[in-house]
Amino acid sequence: MAIETQPEKAQPSGAGPAEPRPEKSWWRRPAVHTGLIGAVIGYFLGHLLGNFLSSGYAQNLLSDSNDVPIVLGYAFATIGWLAGLGVFNDLLRTTTGKPLRDVHQEEDGGERGFAKYFRFTLNHKIVGIQYLYGMIAYFLTGGLFAMAIRTELLSPSYHIMGPEQYLMVVGEHSTMMIMMMSSVILGPLGQYFAPLLIGSKRMAFPRLEALGFWLTPAAYFILLSGILFGGFPTGWTGYEPLALQAKQGMDAYYFAFGLMGLSMICAGFNMIVTIINYRAPGMRWSRLPMFVWSMFVVSFLQVLAVPVLVAACYMGLMDRTFQTAFFANQLGGSSYLWQNLFWFFGHPEVYILALPGFGVISEIVATFCRKPLFAYKVAAAGMVGVGLLSFFVWQHHLFVSGINPDMRPLFMLTTELISIPTGFIFLVGLGTFWKAKIRFSVPMLFALAFYFNFLIGGISGVFLSDVPADVTEHGSFFVMAHFHYTIMGGLIFAFFAGLYYWMPKMLGISLNETLGKVHFWTMFIFFNSTFLPLFAVGLLGMPRRVFEYADNLAGINQWSSISSFLLGGSILIFLINFVMSTLFWRVPAPANPWRSRSLEWQVSSPPPPGNFERVPVILSDPYEYGVKDAPPVADLNPPPGVVAAAYAGVATTGPGAGTGAEV
Amino acid sequence: MAQNPAATDPGAGGHAAASGGAEPRHGLRLLLMWIPLSAAAILIIWFVWYPHLPPGRMSDAASGQQFDIAVLAVTAAPVVIGVLLYMIYAIVVWRARPGDEGDGPPIHGHTKVQAWWIIITSLVVLWAFAFGTYQLAQPGGAGGGQGPSPIWPLHGAQTTAWSPSSNDMLQVQVIGQQWAFTYRFPQFGGMESTMLELPNNMPVEFHVTSLDVIHSFWAYQLGVKADANPQVDNIAYVKPHQLGSFVVRCNELCGFWHAAMFNYGRVVTPTAFQGWARSLQLKELRAGVLAALPPYALTYDPTVIPQLGRDIVKVAGITGANGYYYPGPQAGTPHGDPVSP
Amino acid sequence: MSVLARAAALSVAVLVVVGVGIFVAVYYVGSKSQLTNVAYTASNGQVNVVLQEDPQNNSSSKPDWVSYFVQDPKTHHFIHTTLFSIPAHVKVNVTIYGYDGCTPLRNNFWSRVQGTDGGTINVQQFNKGRPLGPARNVSVINSWAHCSVGHTFAIPSLGLFVPVASPNASATLCGSSPCTPSSGPYSLVKFSFTSPSHGGTFRWQCFVPCGGGFIDGNNGPMGTLGYMMGEMQVVS
Repeated sequence: MAIETQPEKAQPSGAGPAEPRPEKSWWRRPAVHTGLIGAVIGYFLGHLLGNFLSSGYAQNLLSDSNDVPIVLGYAFATIGWLAGLGVFNDLLRTTTGKPLRDVHQEEDGGERGFAKYFRFTLNHKIVGIQYLYGMIAYFLTGGLFAMAIRTELLSPSYHIMGPEQYLMVVGEHSTMMIMMMSSVILGPLGQYFAPLLIGSKRMAFPRLEALGFWLTPAAYFILLSGILFGGFPTGWTGYEPLALQAKQGMDAYYFAFGLMGLSMICAGFNMIVTIINYRAPGMRWSRLPMFVWSMFVVSFLQVLAVPVLVAACYMGLMDRTFQTAFFANQLGGSSYLWQNLFWFFGHPEVYILALPGFGVISEIVATFCRKPLFAYKVAAAGMVGVGLLSFFVWQHHLFVSGINPDMRPLFMLTTELISIPTGFIFLVGLGTFWKAKIRFSVPMLFALAFYFNFLIGGISGVFLSDVPADVTEHGSFFVMAHFHYTIMGGLIFAFFAGLYYWMPKMLGISLNETLGKVHFWTMFIFFNSTFLPLFAVGLLGMPRRVFEYADNLAGINQWSSISSFLLGGSILIFLINFVMSTLFWRVPAPANPWRSRSLEWQVSSPPPPGNFERVPVILSDPYEYGVKDAPPVADLNPPPGVVAAAYAGVATTGPGAGTGAEV
Repeated sequence: MAQNPAATDPGAGGHAAASGGAEPRHGLRLLLMWIPLSAAAILIIWFVWYPHLPPGRMSDAASGQQFDIAVLAVTAAPVVIGVLLYMIYAIVVWRARPGDEGDGPPIHGHTKVQAWWIIITSLVVLWAFAFGTYQLAQPGGAGGGQGPSPIWPLHGAQTTAWSPSSNDMLQVQVIGQQWAFTYRFPQFGGMESTMLELPNNMPVEFHVTSLDVIHSFWAYQLGVKADANPQVDNIAYVKPHQLGSFVVRCNELCGFWHAAMFNYGRVVTPTAFQGWARSLQLKELRAGVLAALPPYALTYDPTVIPQLGRDIVKVAGITGANGYYYPGPQAGTPHGDPVSP
Repeated sequence: MSVLARAAALSVAVLVVVGVGIFVAVYYVGSKSQLTNVAYTASNGQVNVVLQEDPQNNSSSKPDWVSYFVQDPKTHHFIHTTLFSIPAHVKVNVTIYGYDGCTPLRNNFWSRVQGTDGGTINVQQFNKGRPLGPARNVSVINSWAHCSVGHTFAIPSLGLFVPVASPNASATLCGSSPCTPSSGPYSLVKFSFTSPSHGGTFRWQCFVPCGGGFIDGNNGPMGTLGYMMGEMQVVS
């Protein structure tokens, strides 16, 4: 395996990057500021190149808008951003024979201050915190756009925005949310805790992991730059041929989504290899924490489904710039091709959004019910089943679009079937509640709300999977309410649950509990009051993405809009809690405030550099609450020789490493 | 999904030794609360709610969809009530008492409960699938677009000249363009109209297509929804049962005025419909509109205008998307010179 | 960092974020308000709305896009906007000067006049102010028989669809906007309709896809407020 047991071997022969850090001042080392410089220079270079290549095309002369310099500008800007951050430095060092930066030296640097959070770092815990701040920023931006949408929908006939601006706002909100929130748990919590939970000192590919993070600000700013060009009129689904017809803001959508796709592929690939290869001795698959199971399955979804999106975005960009005709019916292409490529990615994508929530909630429920997780194997089977089946259901987005009608019963079947493994998650949760001793901490409150919201979201999904009912519900606010319940009611509530749960571990600081409870109750109440009426609005005939609607629906829409403003207020309460707790109050958290058995809680808060002083040996699964004389979850100070023996015994095997190393 | 697992757990009361006193039979309690609540919900849904459920009963497709939604609601209600009831019960009964820092009983699983859960959820899901497929197959594909080769047609005579006789299938072509729907009636000389009228109690075959981007023809009260793709013929069937008006909205984001792309339609008696269609056909014939329209086809290629006698476009040797769609500025001429055929 | 430094950094960050948010909201999202709204008032229960469509326009961002102009009733200047308002339940007499050349309709059904009083429009051709023939009432201008339609004016929710004839003089089209009757050939299209009795915003658009360089001509001016699509406000 690739575990570095002898870091001292990586010492350089001369002065260089492997030496302890504090020599150079922060502004002379590559970080965000050099990245920005690279991005700006890159954009100008790309733009110039684009103009040079394409300003003579008749299409560009006539339409007065040229997509090629914008796309090439984005491409070179991204490369410049990454180069400025120092992403390619190790690559160059390899090619020139210099020694690479060492992961453990990064960890042991013990650097103070927050400059390290703005760098291309190999420390997975810092990457997790970078993701945390990034994801919060992206979520809030998307949320502001949502406020604008609901403001416009206050009245069916009085418009504060023109049609172009409204579609721009809708597209920005939806794309920002779905693009970014696919990593909202995988990023902050997954990158931070996956190694800790499996007993590893590091990730398998720390550079890939960090690359995955640093692509996200690029995607964020590129997506927002679409506003400067009037936005894109297609919503997050980017349907052709409307996308082909759109103005320059459309390129921002394709490019940002493609970048985010690359980020997901990197993160997923890294996660799979880490979980398979870096589990500590004794960490059998049957002892893997449920959160790690969810990360594992989600990573497969990312690696297998997201490349389809990247390809589709690339083809769309080619259509718009270099005049290919993949998606233009009139020229021999097919608008159905985009729909199928997109939804082949799109459906696993929504499970990428949902599954991490399942994982986080399972952890929290076990801890706060103080009982073993009910039917562990069923839970794992549920995760895997959802992941597997998610590839077979995508045409349910296309039931009325003119697909071969033979396909409709087939996809109705697979879509209905996927509710079985999803139900396993409920079985596990409900079984864990049976005769438990439930503590209503803030994470547990969010977890309970998750079950409530996902129940509604999931059941409404069953309504949508039934083709005749879907004929009325497709493309209406019913669908909108369904996915907001599953994604926001599911994923985002799970994210907050995980955040309140793991914040003491990540930053060593507790979030204020009173504000947390206020945040929870306001968010839960106003979330439901915003989205529950939308089921009715959709069934009553209001399509999605409209800014004009039937007058008789005005009352419900106003209720929903005002609730949404209050929901925004609840997020503001969270933000205040977060900012005040991290910046000013800074209440130090004990090492294990929730008295959890899980492995990450057995080390200090925040964890020491290298996570564990020695690679632990896992003795039992983390859910053995209430079991008399249960062994601790791991031996953190195994006698010397045990670990080496474990590796010697399994050095040539793959999964199942560590089975022979129990003490 | 499934019903309360505890309901089928025979050993509910006899689990790990509880602290002093008889352990209340939680499973039985939950079952006794769940049954009346579910029954009440089912009755309310079926008798109070069902007649008013969207999309109404104006056509066979709409009635079928209304029935579907009601049946799904009746299937889902016990599930939702079961899960919510269980959760509320858990929150109330199984909360940690203040000062109790102990752990709960170490229940890792219960094979019977798990097995029953899987069986019941699978049965419910398969039932939903079977029911949905049956409802889809009749009548006529439930009003949804079936693409160019539908497998569930409505029964009706395919005639070239429609008459309000027993079973002639009315052909209506729905043309979506940015940003209005127009309707062509091939059985009436191919006349086109911005208004949609349909005959009551007679089968209608919609051919939905588009001239530019993807739209979607959603006749709400009729329960018809079919996407309009350029160069694609998407067929949907419906048989209206009630007179009255219905609203048609575009259901697929098609550009800026997508929200404003709607019109009203009416279901009238077959003779009234024939009168309306004939008179419109004559009007358009006399005004020369029928002659101006392209021959009726299931799809239209925007780059071909037969009357102009040649294909459109070509600027710098590129056609269609890449150049100016219609004849545009040639070298030295101002924008928009008239072109003679 | 000390508490004071942290507080200061936080305040700056909040101000920056709020500032950027307001800027984006006002400048980009709310930018419909940058178009002027021309208000028409009734006299004797009638309103005279005068529009023209030019082969180019006088904006700095997209000067070569086709565009509608609306005449200000007080100054009689043509303003580059597509927003205008009229009173409710009055007879609206619309005059459109068609300066732009022809483009075949995508759907030739829009050759037919619908929704006007009498179902016809009154068309007369001019060149530099001199009539080239008599004014005629027509109900169809077949854009495929002869390339004779420049653009259309349609208010779909009122059922109003009017093809605007293109000038049929062989003279060079007007080259700078706003065009005046002496600057080139034009067609003069007149029609009337009754405005609805309830207030509201009614969108109007052109159905000719004339966006050069866009696939099939859709988008471009056809899809931009202020050029070939607009809103008619009915004030009750």
